[in-house]
Amino acid sequence: MIQANLEVLPRSIKLVLGMGLVALLAFPFVSTPYYTEMVTRMMIMAIFAMSLDLLQGVTGLVSLGHAAYFGLAGYALAFLTPQGQAVSLWWTLPVAVLASGLAALVIGFFAVRTHGIYFIMVTMAFAQMVFYLFFDNKALGGSDGLYVNFKPSTAIMGWPTFASWFDLDNKRVLYYFTLAALLVTYVFLRRLLFSPFGRTLSGIRVNEHRMRAMGYGVFGYKLAAFSLAGALAGLAGYLWGTQSGYINPELMGFHMSAHAIMMVILGGMGNFAGAIVGAFAFEYLLHVFKDLPQLGSVNLGKHWQLWMGLFIVLLVTFAPRGILGLFEKFLKRKGASHE
Amino acid sequence: MDFPQFLIQLLNSVQYGLLLFMLAAGLTLIFGIMGVVNLAHGSFYMLGAYLAWSLSAALGSLTLAILGGAVLSVVFGLALEWLLFRHFYKRDHLDQVLLTFGLIYIFEELRSIIWGDDVHGVPIPALLSASIPLTDNMSYPVYRLFMSGVCIALALGLYLLISKTRLGMKIRAGAFNRDMAESLGINIKLIHATVFALGVGLAAVAGMIAAPIASVYPNMGSQVLIMCFVVVVIGGIGSVRGALIAALLVGLVDTFGKVLLPSMAGMLVYMLMAAVLLWKPEGLFKA
Repeated sequence: MIQANLEVLPRSIKLVLGMGLVALLAFPFVSTPYYTEMVTRMMIMAIFAMSLDLLQGVTGLVSLGHAAYFGLAGYALAFLTPQGQAVSLWWTLPVAVLASGLAALVIGFFAVRTHGIYFIMVTMAFAQMVFYLFFDNKALGGSDGLYVNFKPSTAIMGWPTFASWFDLDNKRVLYYFTLAALLVTYVFLRRLLFSPFGRTLSGIRVNEHRMRAMGYGVFGYKLAAFSLAGALAGLAGYLWGTQSGYINPELMGFHMSAHAIMMVILGGMGNFAGAIVGAFAFEYLLHVFKDLPQLGSVNLGKHWQLWMGLFIVLLVTFAPRGILGLFEKFLKRKGASHE
Repeated sequence: MDFPQFLIQLLNSVQYGLLLFMLAAGLTLIFGIMGVVNLAHGSFYMLGAYLAWSLSAALGSLTLAILGGAVLSVVFGLALEWLLFRHFYKRDHLDQVLLTFGLIYIFEELRSIIWGDDVHGVPIPALLSASIPLTDNMSYPVYRLFMSGVCIALALGLYLLISKTRLGMKIRAGAFNRDMAESLGINIKLIHATVFALGVGLAAVAGMIAAPIASVYPNMGSQVLIMCFVVVVIGGIGSVRGALIAALLVGLVDTFGKVLLPSMAGMLVYMLMAAVLLWKPEGLFKA
């Protein structure tokens, strides 16, 4: 059974998260454009990681193909953006998110009826199917991928000034837009977690047979969670396509899916806050490993995969419950010493 | 499609299926007996191919390279099992996924450091480099027949090992009920190490015999890994017989798909998997 960490966050963690939010709000004013962009990317990955946490941490479904839905929304944006001009954010975002959700609904229909290791393998295989669909077809961009030459426009008819200050081409605006998306997703998922729907998903993680015996339509709940997670991954993918202006099949590859699992684990799963922390930590580590200096004749940064691999192996061997898990252990130890 | 062409495709599909079986058998055994999801299984295939390339260049003979490489990969498997995998048999699948994903990164980077990032070819041994003419302009390479032969021999050996020997009996007992087997005096740790090394060895040998026709290149393990997952899912996890039938089925669908429906070829195998899942969510042969 997969245990979730700290569904109800203690006040100390809430305080840390609040300070993190303040820091995020202030960040663009103290940083360089390079780091603003980097943190935007981290926030996008945080949305992606939270969407996976709904499956992995809450429902207990380990999907190794979650990147497919992330990539699909990015592709949707690329297809919807016409040659030579921008397309409106207001309808392409819902369409892209819906497309990802729909794909997750179809794949989930097959995947959700399997359990445990089968589910891992099946989600991975289907994601790979999507990967090859795009990789092999020149019409869908092929192995080179597609460019999103224009960031989605935010113009609203009859309100011309709006688009001039809410311009996603501006790095700072995109940063705050992503931050808003992150917050909305977080609040939505936290509310969901304690709603009857979320409680049912939690129950499925803890004991699926018992939930079925109590009369819950487990298949429907799992499929709904899978589709919803796919749609939210689509939100992240859409933002990724907007930010990077470039989409390729690698975004749907299984390294991406495994990175998302890693983020959720790293932070601590089942409470969405951990997924955010994990995404930031993971992306930062990736940045650090790729940026390692030349040491003598050896370029350490070139071998970032080795460091990442070693880090993952060491983490899962020694601290399988992630950063928040360590924090929780620390709190418990402190609590015990007071008694 | 006329008959010679059909025959060539059929032989190709059988050869591909048998190769997949070599990998999937190890994967399915390691899961069935130790309960470990091994994403790094494709890396063992890659390891085999690179060993075949460097050893055949050093020793001057592919046969010697395959024998030496098989020993090396089994030793490697034993070391890996002792160092890492043994501690993960009772852990959550999620932890196993992460461990083996981390290992993929490590193996890929070590491969890049030791052998570089170039694509290499391994020459077909002179003895097997002939082709059997089928028509005026079509022929079938002997080496591919040799590959199928090796795979069939190993599959047969595996079958005999598992169903007819004392070791096989212990393996089956361990898979059926670990605690019971242990209390009957079977050294289950030794059995686990043996099975793991056997899986690594099979995957590496598959990589070694495939090296002359598939060439040797970075990331060659990932693609084959996913095909193996499909095979294992279709066949039923833990079932070696299921893996054999599923591998042949996947070989057929993939090879003929590429000829008959080239635009859909990449998807067909997955559609097959989806169809099997609808019909039998636990695979064709539930272990």
